[in-house]
Amino acid sequence: MTPVERPLSPHLQIYKPQLTTILSIAHRACGLALAVGSLFLVWWLVAAASGGGAFEAAQAFWGSWLGLLMLFGWTYALFFHLCNGIRHLAWDTGWGFELKETYASGWTVVGASAVLTVIAFIWGIA
Amino acid sequence: MSEPTDLRTPLGRAFGLGSAKEGVQHWWAQRLTAVAMVPLALWFCAGLIAHAGADRAGVFQWLSSPVQAILMVLLLGTGFHHMALGVQVVIEDYIHTEWAKIGALILNRFIAYGLAVAGIFAVMRIALGA
Repeated sequence: MTPVERPLSPHLQIYKPQLTTILSIAHRACGLALAVGSLFLVWWLVAAASGGGAFEAAQAFWGSWLGLLMLFGWTYALFFHLCNGIRHLAWDTGWGFELKETYASGWTVVGASAVLTVIAFIWGIA
Repeated sequence: MSEPTDLRTPLGRAFGLGSAKEGVQHWWAQRLTAVAMVPLALWFCAGLIAHAGADRAGVFQWLSSPVQAILMVLLLGTGFHHMALGVQVVIEDYIHTEWAKIGALILNRFIAYGLAVAGIFAVMRIALGA
């Protein structure tokens, strides 16, 4: 069967990236990153429950620069997904679909997630 | 003669069920778990930060409090349900080969529920004094 040469609708690579599209795919990417992170949370809990040096090894890893870097990434992913998730819930109620409101809520999410991440890390290290 | 535009019965329309017979169940569960995760995620962050460099005894002290243990179990149950629903949509969006898609959907649920139960079991062991 020879494929029919139909005209294709413009796709991702045609459009200029915009705040709305970046935040949309970032929401999904952060969700997937958190899914990976959940694996490490279960490891941490099981290690704490098991004993026999497993928990001490886990804590040593999270205190290392690699562990801290991963925690920093997950902290940002969590706060971004949380803030943008609230934005999604607001949309579900029918609020914020005007272009101006969408951009205002989008930049609010960018700012709030960054501020929350910095606060969490300062609080965590202090 | 007018063309029939909707072959569904009025009762069928009222139920709001499509061909998959599940209606908005997935959508609703995603939102319900999302709303629950807002306070749970904030509590979780605060709890983890407070126990950042803790030893095992510190974690035991934290999770041996019934309220804290219940919140952790709720976080694991709600979080892994939310995760299974979200990852399912990603699989359905990007994997178009039928056998690979079905396989990924099955694995997704197995992993999510397996991790949830492992995490909850660990919390129970800590809370009830392993």
